Amino acid sequence: MIAERDIATSVAPGAKPAPSGPPPLTVENVTKRFGEGPTALTAVDSVSFTLDAGEFVSVIGPSGCGKSTLFHVIGGLSDVTQGIVRVENETINGPHPAVGIVFQEESTFPWRNVIDNVAFPLELRGVSRSERHAAASHYIDMVGLHGFEKRLPSELSGGMRQRVSIARTLAAKPRILLMDEPFAALDEQTRLLLGDKVLQIQQQLKQTTLLITHSITEAVQLSDRILIMSYRPGRIKRIVNVDLPRPRTSDVVSSPEFGAIVADIWADLREEASRGLQESERGQG
Amino acid sequence: MKRVPIISPAFLLSIGTIAGLLVIMQALIMTEIVSPYVVPLPSDIAASFWRVIVEEGVPGRFAVTVGETFAASLLILIVGIPVGLLLYRFGKLRLAFEPWLAAMAAAPLVLAYPLFLVLFGRSSLTIIIIGFTAGVAPVALKTIEGFTSTRRVLIDVGRSFRLTPAQEFRQILLPAALPQIFVGLRLGLIFCLINIVGVEFLINLGGLGQLINDLAERYDLPGTYAAICFVVCVSILFFAVLDRGEKWLQRRG
Repeated sequence: MIAERDIATSVAPGAKPAPSGPPPLTVENVTKRFGEGPTALTAVDSVSFTLDAGEFVSVIGPSGCGKSTLFHVIGGLSDVTQGIVRVENETINGPHPAVGIVFQEESTFPWRNVIDNVAFPLELRGVSRSERHAAASHYIDMVGLHGFEKRLPSELSGGMRQRVSIARTLAAKPRILLMDEPFAALDEQTRLLLGDKVLQIQQQLKQTTLLITHSITEAVQLSDRILIMSYRPGRIKRIVNVDLPRPRTSDVVSSPEFGAIVADIWADLREEASRGLQESERGQG
Repeated sequence: MKRVPIISPAFLLSIGTIAGLLVIMQALIMTEIVSPYVVPLPSDIAASFWRVIVEEGVPGRFAVTVGETFAASLLILIVGIPVGLLLYRFGKLRLAFEPWLAAMAAAPLVLAYPLFLVLFGRSSLTIIIIGFTAGVAPVALKTIEGFTSTRRVLIDVGRSFRLTPAQEFRQILLPAALPQIFVGLRLGLIFCLINIVGVEFLINLGGLGQLINDLAERYDLPGTYAAICFVVCVSILFFAVLDRGEKWLQRRG
């Protein structure tokens, strides 16, 4: 059941383009269950939502609420037990070319330098070396790694490696960008800077984006809408529209309106997180 | 990528350490703390190099041992990696045969040389087969380890780009497993060379192993140690080729 409550504090001019044609992504009544019989675990239960073109949506929830399971299902990396995921009007049954995925874990190829990592999807399409390097350079510049083209991932920081992953995904020109806690392993300052960078790219490319995260401030800073998930089984508990003005500069992030949205989401999330904590303590006991 | 200069501090340290040990050995033997009838003077070994090369036909023997090691290594490569891949792909086969491979890697197969002599005769073929048998198991085992230790997220990246199984193997599994495969090849090469020289010594046939046997029987200790140095040269040669091969493959991604 979806209970939607708008807690908009102001109207963001031009933040969300008016939808036209079928929504880029439709998640319809998706359930994912692991195992069978009495020991079966329902990770995601009857989740439904759509993404409009150019929209930035975050999914937030406590640990163990099925966020990553949902990510794998939408990315076509895991089957659904029930329900369907549609990209535009096409029901997916595996990874879809229109969906670009950025993983939580460090996922650059350690044996390829930065430019060859980013050029990887183009290499698969048989694009010539000079053309794919020119295209890869464009995305490397976009994520702010100009000058690091010939470096190996082992010579880069965690934040830089994650930017390489983002550039590689963008090089495939996906219509939908799907990100699973891409900044989770990074320090707070790098997270904030990288969040800004992702937002800037998303605005520049008008990229429809779905971000899985457990950071409330990150979700509020980046998103047009936030889907709050309940603790196990993962359901959409509430949808929050974030109508803060863009660009979300430090003034916006430090505004009382931003704080109010964060506090409001935390009130919901705390209840779920406490439930998760109690259940895991009971499990250990 | 930064190139490491040939005369690096590490190189100087290794050469300096060897030179220092040789000087200490020389002093210990000269003062008869170590018997000169057990270990010859390093200076005598150095002096015997040219004599052994000229009088004992070292270039030909060197070529024989290198050739046998090369043939056995090629067989190890051709058989070991596909066997590792097969056992990685088929879990049941792996359950059935991996323990046997591990046992084979640890077994002193050189002791079975009479059996190989009966099967293949007193020839280079026997030596190559024994070298191959000794070296193939670690290559297969390390190949399995390389493929199984490929990080799941890299395979998921491949899936997200909808790679075919052949592309997944060529673009992700093989490059990710390559460092482990080369560890296996190094181990396999060590076992292979030890067994080849050992069998040459035991059956008194072929290259440097036979030379060591001949010189030892003549009680030509400096010559024996000089011949051992030539075996070390074979090892260095193969390791250098392997190192180059690994770097070349890594550059190709």
